[in-house]
Amino acid sequence: MSENQKPVQVKLVLLGEAAVGKSSVVLRFVQNDFQEYKEPTIGAAFLTQKCRLEDKVIKFEIWDTAGQERFRSLAPMYYRNALSAVVVYDITSSSSFDKAKSWVKELQRQASPNVIIALVGNKLDLVEKSEENEDYLDDVASFDQNAVSEPSQTHSRAISRDEAQAYAEESNLLFFETSAKTSEGVVEVFTEIAKKIPHEQILNSTKSRAQDQSQQNNVSLNSTENQPKQVGDNCAC
Amino acid sequence: MDEDYDVIVLGTGLTECILSGLLSVDGQKVLHIDRNDYYGGESASLNLTQLYKKFKDTAPPSELGRDRDYAIDLIPKFILASGELTKILVHTDVTRYLEFKQIAGSFVLRDKTVSKVPSTEYEAVRSSLMGLFEKRRARNFFLFIQNYRDDDPSTHSGIDLDSHPMQAVYNKFGLEAGTQDFIGHAMALYLDDSYKQKPARETYERILLYTSSMARYGKSPYIYPLYGLGELPQAFARLSAIYGGTYMLDKPIDEVVLDENGKFTGVRSGDETVRAKKVIGDPSYFMSSTEQPHPRVKEVGKVVRAICLLKHPIPNTDNSDSAQLIIPQNQVGRKNDIYIAAVSSSHNVCAKDVYVAIVSTVVETSAPEAELLSAYKLLGPIHDKFVSVNPLYEPTGSGEEDNIFISRSFDATSHFETVVDDVKDIWKRVTQKDLILEKKTEPEINENQL
Repeated sequence: MSENQKPVQVKLVLLGEAAVGKSSVVLRFVQNDFQEYKEPTIGAAFLTQKCRLEDKVIKFEIWDTAGQERFRSLAPMYYRNALSAVVVYDITSSSSFDKAKSWVKELQRQASPNVIIALVGNKLDLVEKSEENEDYLDDVASFDQNAVSEPSQTHSRAISRDEAQAYAEESNLLFFETSAKTSEGVVEVFTEIAKKIPHEQILNSTKSRAQDQSQQNNVSLNSTENQPKQVGDNCAC
Repeated sequence: MDEDYDVIVLGTGLTECILSGLLSVDGQKVLHIDRNDYYGGESASLNLTQLYKKFKDTAPPSELGRDRDYAIDLIPKFILASGELTKILVHTDVTRYLEFKQIAGSFVLRDKTVSKVPSTEYEAVRSSLMGLFEKRRARNFFLFIQNYRDDDPSTHSGIDLDSHPMQAVYNKFGLEAGTQDFIGHAMALYLDDSYKQKPARETYERILLYTSSMARYGKSPYIYPLYGLGELPQAFARLSAIYGGTYMLDKPIDEVVLDENGKFTGVRSGDETVRAKKVIGDPSYFMSSTEQPHPRVKEVGKVVRAICLLKHPIPNTDNSDSAQLIIPQNQVGRKNDIYIAAVSSSHNVCAKDVYVAIVSTVVETSAPEAELLSAYKLLGPIHDKFVSVNPLYEPTGSGEEDNIFISRSFDATSHFETVVDDVKDIWKRVTQKDLILEKKTEPEINENQL
């Protein structure tokens, strides 16, 4: 893998009912290589994680709902320029699956037409080892601090894999079941999305856009090159 | 909703969203509510469906294209590149959610001709705005502004900025009335001529702000966010949410609840009541139809705004994709300037080949729209038009007595400086401390690889 291979930046938005484990899935993905558990950050605008495939590097810029999904108050800005979306539900909660379906509809309405959507049934560990103590890393402990924790009493599966798979196929979504707790299936979600990202197309469009920008007056507020010059340098008269 | 908050914020206009974001970052527990199902309140940008529903209660004509391509601002304003809003955007890091473009040019009407406000010395020398001798006098005036140092009396040319009125400064340099119009209205961005009788310092500072904004990116002093001004409140709302703010849209507020001493205790929506120590909100949340006059807000004027959809750039503006065009009051026999603010598809606010020009002014007569006619004439054929007359409200109280802090309506100025003044003022009254814009430490972003 050559070091000069430039990563392609891809905005990925998370959606799903509160407490289905959206943030947990991402934290598992992003912090997997960390030696020890680190307190999640409050105040992170988004998390980033690179994903290497054989011939390309995708850098995901992962946007969390920051609790704005709780009362369905997500801003259009959230969906803007998102190339991919992960819609999470809890496989032990049928209402969360219904919510997921409505988020998919919302994405189809608000996001770009080519957005790659992955449907993710989380909390696989609950139905596989339901006797295990529940210390699920939930949204409450994550950077999505508004999410409400609802410790499920019954740990029986509410949505079968077949049902979700059929819905995903019919709606043209990627589909996975995961456990953020055991990490099962988590990395695959992001690798499979990465594989579907039209890499060359983005590189080309970024290039042509960069050329465009110089012509079309785009500005960067943070760049140091554009610091104010001496006042009056080109005074208006 | 049965929780206690430090602050409830009502309305998601820009003023409220900046305050909500800053308060959440400061560690306060914020609940932010809007009665609409969209962000931005009076400072929202609407899609076509929302626009036609609001103004005409009809569906949009299909020939205008796709709904999603439109974000039409309700309030015409641009951001001064070196102004206070830019500082807040940078200090809070919300710039990471936004992309900005320069406004391509600033223009001014003089003697019935649209002229470009020069942005370089080359343009200034060639400009037809002034004759040769007047250019020399104006140059002396600008050298004085540029070289003025408070602590060096030799740079003062005998002028005391804090006691001499601006008119005396103009007279000192022998500037013609038209040049005074240009400096006061196209650069210092005054809406009327009352500034001439006031101490010169404020005008001096406004000219510096204009020239440093102009120098920053080169073409005009203004920048503008892609996808419309409605992105600004959304970005600050996200900042607030990321720092723990709770958001509820589409939630009508039925009552602001007070205790027996008239102090704020909470807000009621239907049969739910949520409590907080303080409330901040835009004027519309504190007016009831039954109480006239409203005890908490007063009207201080009116602004008329006409959103015009064009199929061509504004004539005589070099085919610019965006522009500000100022019609100084003296040029059309008025007391207040008329502004035209134009943006287009290159700002992702409308379909290709559509131009959005918003004409606005302070209302002076009982026939407000007629006051805009001289501006309409400069636009060429208008494809469709959405006119509104908006009262300007401000609070009657400071909030110190009742913990109710009300923002001001968006005024007729062409930029956001007065909005930030209001933010700073409310911040100080709510938190009892000055707003200090320190760049916060970068939140940790993980950069590891698989």
